Amino acid sequence: MTPILAVNNLTKAYGPLVAVDGISFAIPAGSCFGLLGPNGAGKTTTLEVIENILPPTSGDILYKGQPRSRAFQNEVGIQFQHTSLLAMLTVWETLQVFQALYTDGEDLDALAEKCQLQEFKHQRHENLSGGQRQRFLLALALVNRPQLLFLDEPSTGLDPQARRNLWEIVHAVKASGKTIILTTHYMEEAQHLCDEVAIMDHGRIIAQGTPEALIHAHCEGVTVVLPRHSFRQPLETLPLSVQEMNGAVHIQTSNIDDCLKQLLSCQVDLSDMSVYSPNLEHVFLNLTGRHLRE
Amino acid sequence: MRFRRIWVMFKARNWEFFRDRASFGWNFLFPFLLVAGFGILFGGREPTAYKIGVFPAPTGAVAVASLDLPEAFKETRFLQFVGFASQDDALEKLRHHKIDIVIRTGPPPYAYWINDAAPNGHLAEKIFQASLTGGADTALLRKGRITTAEIRYIDWLFPGILAMNMMFSALWGVGYIVVRYRKNGALRRLKATPLTAFEYLSAQMLSRIFLLMFTLVVVWFGCDLVFHFHVEGSLGHIFLLFFLGSLSLTAMGLVLAARGTSEEFTTGTLNFISWPMMFLSEVWFSLEGAPGWVKQVAQAFPLTHLLQGIRRIMNDGAGLVDVWPQIAVLLLMTGIFLSVGAYLFSWDQ
Repeated sequence: MTPILAVNNLTKAYGPLVAVDGISFAIPAGSCFGLLGPNGAGKTTTLEVIENILPPTSGDILYKGQPRSRAFQNEVGIQFQHTSLLAMLTVWETLQVFQALYTDGEDLDALAEKCQLQEFKHQRHENLSGGQRQRFLLALALVNRPQLLFLDEPSTGLDPQARRNLWEIVHAVKASGKTIILTTHYMEEAQHLCDEVAIMDHGRIIAQGTPEALIHAHCEGVTVVLPRHSFRQPLETLPLSVQEMNGAVHIQTSNIDDCLKQLLSCQVDLSDMSVYSPNLEHVFLNLTGRHLRE
Repeated sequence: MRFRRIWVMFKARNWEFFRDRASFGWNFLFPFLLVAGFGILFGGREPTAYKIGVFPAPTGAVAVASLDLPEAFKETRFLQFVGFASQDDALEKLRHHKIDIVIRTGPPPYAYWINDAAPNGHLAEKIFQASLTGGADTALLRKGRITTAEIRYIDWLFPGILAMNMMFSALWGVGYIVVRYRKNGALRRLKATPLTAFEYLSAQMLSRIFLLMFTLVVVWFGCDLVFHFHVEGSLGHIFLLFFLGSLSLTAMGLVLAARGTSEEFTTGTLNFISWPMMFLSEVWFSLEGAPGWVKQVAQAFPLTHLLQGIRRIMNDGAGLVDVWPQIAVLLLMTGIFLSVGAYLFSWDQ
């Protein structure tokens, strides 16, 4: 089956600076695809080239198997990471204005219900809180009943509750059969929403697959984390492979029993110990030696 | 092109304008205050410089020493002498408040003409009379009056103030707003929709023209209640000229809005264009006696042609046929500005 979007060897350079360096991926219709990576990895640039906002330096972008035509802009919905809108308009008026720019349109009452805009739909959009604004921008991206939805860092800056709330809405959108491509630097977001993830760093895709497959391929067992002061001896003398980051010692192990026995035998204080199952953060850490939000 | 898209962008821009109450109110208050201030309180001209039309003399600025006028008058400070070939030419300028007094050169008896509606004319007359003290000269003086209907200063000034207000509103309302939207990313958001640059710019232009004409009508009739303007020609023709002027000035605004994301740079560019246009298009004072190159520069401004056409209709009763050169120039400028603006336009650079 032809993917709804295929990106082949895409490059975007600004003079000597290569922001996106020959990446390729394909997205099946109805799935949620995530570009995960730290700030500056090239995620937003990739998205904006696909959205037709920026011209590519080289490479092909195929929508439904064809180069993007004028119909492309009509069939996609876009939520920008940073954007401004027409001033002095209410939420409802802005939805009406944007809907009129497209040939097809979602029922606005149903959309407001889905994105939980009812309470503030007659307020000026400049006066919304962070969570309200993100839900409003999501509604704006859905106003034309898009087949392909772009979400650029949709939950950045939101508190955990507002983020969960937004995820629920994105889940509902996904359940309605739309294809979603999103960028994020939150591994929880990618793990929670995406069917497939491409991890980007320095403009390149360094790993790609389902979150489970990536974790399985790049992480072993669990991670034991202890504060540095729990260790009396130099870390090099431990009979375990450890990494020290930000004052904490990370130990990955496939056998938690053996690991704990060895730590006890070395007289390590385990009272502040935490044990984590591996996630995409660990995948990125193992691939690059850095945290996603460093 | 879809008219629905133009229509919603037109409506959105109008909502923005009408809801920004401070800016909305200022658009009406500003021209009214200017008319009141300059038209009533000060008579509208700088107080110390007087333009003396002389004939027969070489056209334009003349060498004072060569004029056959009383020596004391020629040596008076703050006088600028402007030459005319004939009496008719000079009186025409007097009627239009472009000069303050007309004097026939040559041996006595001197003859002079003033415009009774112009306060500066009476002051210039006093200066001329004072320079003739000494008996016989005074007796030889002959005072004339312009025979056609006089034009009040307020009737000459008012179209200028309205046109100037229109210029600022057109240039800033389009040029500055579009650059601001480009800088804050709103244009980028619109670029992500099927809206085309042509549709967006058309909506911006139409909205601004609608607002300019709306403001014009309100201010015109509001001021008319107070100042009772004399309109020799057709008010409909005047408004048609204003419409063509708003078209070309708004199109000029589109050229300034075509590129750039710096509001500071755009402010500088707008000032660089609007201030010379204001001073050289005869909004406040006439360019009679100014160097030829200054007059040529003034011809490059749409405001010059707009004002020439409107004053001819308002003050002289000219018809559309009489002002066809101004109409043609305004339409030509609109075409050029639109083409350049559309060619250069960028959503995000």
